Amino acid sequence: MSLSIQSLTKTYGAQKAVDNLSFDVGSGTITGFLGPNGAGKSTTMKMVSCYLSPTSGTAKVCGHDIIENPLEVRKHIGYLPENNPLYLDMYVKEYLGFVAGIHGLDNKTTRVKDLIELTGLGKEQHKLIGALSKGYKQRVGLAQAMIHNPDVLILDEPTSGLDMNQLVDIRNLIKSLGKEKTVVLSTHIMQEVQALCDRVIIINNGVLVADDPIESLSNRIKGENKITLNLTNNKVNLDALKRVKGVNSVRKNEEGIIIRSNSDIDVRPKLFKVAIDSGWVIIEMKKEEINVEHVFQKLTKEDLYA
Amino acid sequence: MLSVYWKEVNSFFSSLIGYMVISVFLIMIGLFMWVFSETNILDYNFATLEQLFSIAPLVFLFLIPAVTMRSFAEENQKGTIEFLATKPLTDLQIVLGKYFANFTLVLFALLPTLIYYYSVYNLGSPPGNLDSGGILGSYIGLTFLAAVFTAIGMWASSVTNNQIVAFILGAFLCFFFHWAFSYLSLLPVFSGGSNAFIAKLGINYHYSSISRGVLDSRDVIYFVSMIAVFILATLTALSRRKW
Repeated sequence: MSLSIQSLTKTYGAQKAVDNLSFDVGSGTITGFLGPNGAGKSTTMKMVSCYLSPTSGTAKVCGHDIIENPLEVRKHIGYLPENNPLYLDMYVKEYLGFVAGIHGLDNKTTRVKDLIELTGLGKEQHKLIGALSKGYKQRVGLAQAMIHNPDVLILDEPTSGLDMNQLVDIRNLIKSLGKEKTVVLSTHIMQEVQALCDRVIIINNGVLVADDPIESLSNRIKGENKITLNLTNNKVNLDALKRVKGVNSVRKNEEGIIIRSNSDIDVRPKLFKVAIDSGWVIIEMKKEEINVEHVFQKLTKEDLYA
Repeated sequence: MLSVYWKEVNSFFSSLIGYMVISVFLIMIGLFMWVFSETNILDYNFATLEQLFSIAPLVFLFLIPAVTMRSFAEENQKGTIEFLATKPLTDLQIVLGKYFANFTLVLFALLPTLIYYYSVYNLGSPPGNLDSGGILGSYIGLTFLAAVFTAIGMWASSVTNNQIVAFILGAFLCFFFHWAFSYLSLLPVFSGGSNAFIAKLGINYHYSSISRGVLDSRDVIYFVSMIAVFILATLTALSRRKW
């Protein structure tokens, strides 16, 4: 296993930021690390990259223990911290050369050149880091994390604050990296998880709540569809809708009338008929597939339908 | 460690900081030594560098904390310390890399004053009529003093993420360790024999002792242990993140 986390725990005073977390990640996979804000994602990543010490438990990176052998771990890990801290007063090439120097690479200049090409920094390579746009800064952050060709890449929100084009570029880059390396990335954009990851790990309040391959994740709440219905006047008696066969629940919120139904029958024609019979005018009817987003909500929120 | 050292040295000299420090130091010392009527050598009628060695600690008092204030405070504030601490470097390598870079800049400021030595040497009558041994001792003392100030300033920088706090704390501690003990030892309370001990706690006592041209091992041990104490304190401050 390239990355093995063993009952990792971190407490701040009385608060448990990460609570007895364990999982393994093999090489050649991209793992999405999800959780609401404050769930302990960043804390976990900081412990794995030897920035913080765990209160108890440990983790192994390529067989090296983060407590006993932090220097070896750091050699095998590429870490992009949250908010991508960079030395803004350094030039791109100078900075990457500096990082290559820290790692003691022999082929410094060629590595820097390779990384500039790989991350698409060609045009910006002679600029000051402080003068780059956010997307290019993010690329510099990725380049510094990969310069020593690490086996494990830990990326804390690698795509936050990027525009659509940059987003696609960075995702493609991560995807190509994931073919041979172990990539663990945290994010709160669910589409990204669906687009990128082979496996999803969800934590909430520091506790592991789901660890599944992306395909089987949606099975967790299979059997339900969500239909959003909007009438010209939503303030109607909803009992008629509840009586439709296949409808499990009916609720109203600011989006409209939310109907949960069994996924094996399509209840939309019947809903339509009820509306006509009752003299309602439908202005919107939308059926949603259950996706990672819903699983995420279901697992990390007490009340999914709220 | 060398990567960190060169990165820091480069950042001094690719920005204004390095040149500012060197020129401010030289201009201030130069004014006191050659221009101001109270202190200038030309009116003093003695071939000596006394002025340099009495004023330099004062200038270092605010200049060195200004050099060191960004060392860790800036990294803490911008979060780049997280970048540095997750690279294959030990905390000691990071601290020593930065320490020697700061110290190098201070030495670069001090080095040009050797020209003053050359000038005064030639102004003497006959030329060369000055206490070279004493001057060598004073230079060694001043170098040690600068090394201690650098360690103090760097520690002050490591306990905060605010550069102004780092500067004020560093300058205060440099003042405290350099002068406060000598003056405190003069208080009547300590007249019962403990005054000599208290004076020896301060940098000033050991600085003047070395300046006389006698390289006493006790003074060297004092300076080296002061540096070690503050470097260890910096290491502790750096590892505080892990708790």
